Amino acid sequence: MTLMTDIHPDPSSDPATETGLTARNVGVQLGRKTILDGIDMGAATGQVTCIVGPNGSGKTTLLRALTGEIGHTGTIRLGGRDLSGMAPHELAGMRGVLPQATPLSFPFTVAEVVGLDRPAARDPVPIRHALAEVGLGDYGGRFYQELSGGEQQRVQLARVLLQVRDPSGPDGPRWLFLDEPVSALDIAHQMQVIRIARDHARAGGGVLAVMHDLNLTALFADRVLVLKAGRVLADGPVSQIITAETLSRAYGCDVTVGRHPQTDLPVVLPPPL
Amino acid sequence: MVAIGFSASAEASGDRADRARLLTILLALMLAGAVLLSLAIGAAGTSLWSTLAALARGEEIALADRVILWQIRVPRTLLGIGVGASLAVSGALMQGLFRNPLADPGIVGVGAGAGLGAIAAIVLAGLLPVALADALGYYIVPAAAFLGGWGSTLLLYRVATRAGRTSVAMMLLAGIALGALAGAVSGILVYMANDAQLRDLTFWGLGSLAGATWSKVLTGLPIMLPALIAAPFLARGLNALALGEAAAFHLGIHVQRVKNVAILSVAAATGAAVAMSGGIGFVGIVVPHLLRLASGPDHRHLLVNSALLGAALLLLADIVSRTIIAPSELPIGIVTAVLGAPVFLWILFRQKGALDL
Repeated sequence: MTLMTDIHPDPSSDPATETGLTARNVGVQLGRKTILDGIDMGAATGQVTCIVGPNGSGKTTLLRALTGEIGHTGTIRLGGRDLSGMAPHELAGMRGVLPQATPLSFPFTVAEVVGLDRPAARDPVPIRHALAEVGLGDYGGRFYQELSGGEQQRVQLARVLLQVRDPSGPDGPRWLFLDEPVSALDIAHQMQVIRIARDHARAGGGVLAVMHDLNLTALFADRVLVLKAGRVLADGPVSQIITAETLSRAYGCDVTVGRHPQTDLPVVLPPPL
Repeated sequence: MVAIGFSASAEASGDRADRARLLTILLALMLAGAVLLSLAIGAAGTSLWSTLAALARGEEIALADRVILWQIRVPRTLLGIGVGASLAVSGALMQGLFRNPLADPGIVGVGAGAGLGAIAAIVLAGLLPVALADALGYYIVPAAAFLGGWGSTLLLYRVATRAGRTSVAMMLLAGIALGALAGAVSGILVYMANDAQLRDLTFWGLGSLAGATWSKVLTGLPIMLPALIAAPFLARGLNALALGEAAAFHLGIHVQRVKNVAILSVAAATGAAVAMSGGIGFVGIVVPHLLRLASGPDHRHLLVNSALLGAALLLLADIVSRTIIAPSELPIGIVTAVLGAPVFLWILFRQKGALDL
């Protein structure tokens, strides 16, 4: 059933994951419903790992389990430590999380949101810098609630970047967990966010992103994990996962995979109607 | 009275933080002024300005003036400060906890729950074992009000919050139900009360600082103070909670601990305030709202400034209540309602587009 064994060795034997993220036999139940079951996976620092899969396959739930937000069975280790034994502030020093959408209940300004909860938030320079990085350099004084969904998403990214770059945090690589980071964005800002996250990985950090768009995933990811119905269907490098066979099986839809004329990256096309 | 500068376009955030700190100083001065007025002005006919001046110069003052000052006005002023700060901070905490600017202990039934506790304590205290009643002493009414407020806050949070999000409609509807239930049970208790208890109840229910005595001050303040001291420590957690419970957790906040402490603080502050002075409405919703308009929603400033402005406004309202129809007194609850209810309506009017009902 699973393609995992022939493309991806046992994650715990992968030396890169000693500093990375591993999940062994992870399950999540919400109420009486089993959302995830028997998940084995690994993600290494220095790379971008993307989770894809059909709607309802458990992508966001897996991300929430890996960030420590929801309870799970099995074992999740981040940077060599068991997630279950870590306090919220310890986790916050090792990883930042960008949710799909973040509504705000009081009229904070954009700069206040980015600096929210940073003890060093008195210093406006890093805040301005983070906002400039996501292309919102002039937005600091505007009210967050008045921005569009895509702009709010980028403000939140600036906030998360400030969190994972906090110099007062512990040593060791920092992780970015991104839940559909580009779904609300136009194509230029999609590229901008993908570049920021790839730069974070290139600098030695870890990036784990839930993705919806398969073409952007091919561009973004080093490694892709495919979920279907709460289980891992496939896991491996982009070139081995973004294939017509695997994706057609995952989504139950006969997709065609071609090659980008310039980059030679896989390009996913829907079947004719 | 307070500089309420708000404009359609936001200012640089640093300005708002500076303004909030300046406001803290101005509000402290305003509170000091209100304390002086509260000590000097009263129904006794004698203005105590000259007495206060004499006291400041270290001179002896007349016995009658001394009694009025130390036995009536000082405890009344202290109680006013405690009740005003408690009501305003309870409001700010509850709004932060429920992530909604309309949450207020008085509006969502927590005040009614605390009131039920207080009434139950007055009427049913005789049923307690004598040893326990003696041990609790004066504390029995505020302790019962605290338990009533705590129970209602917990229940309300359970009903109105699901998966980390609070439904405003559920919160208000549950508050109406809670208020009605507490009112009905309170009514039954009033029927069961004997004459002496009825007198206590009437006195209590007026919503007044008139009954202020040193014993009330010494029972009320020890319950209010821990809540008021705990509140600023919740500022960081409440700021993060504005992004939702999941984001607060991701930022390193122990969300459940923040919620527990906030709920306990609201219950203690509201319970003690209700037990000491009956129902005084609108302080908890109007004060934090005005401060958010003036200097933004950052709880690091909002909670401290709410305590100062709440205390000052309650003292001023109390001065109005005891001078406007002197030598009689208007219950202070009427003064705060007359001033606060229109402001509350104005808040609703301004927000009707933004409210997610």
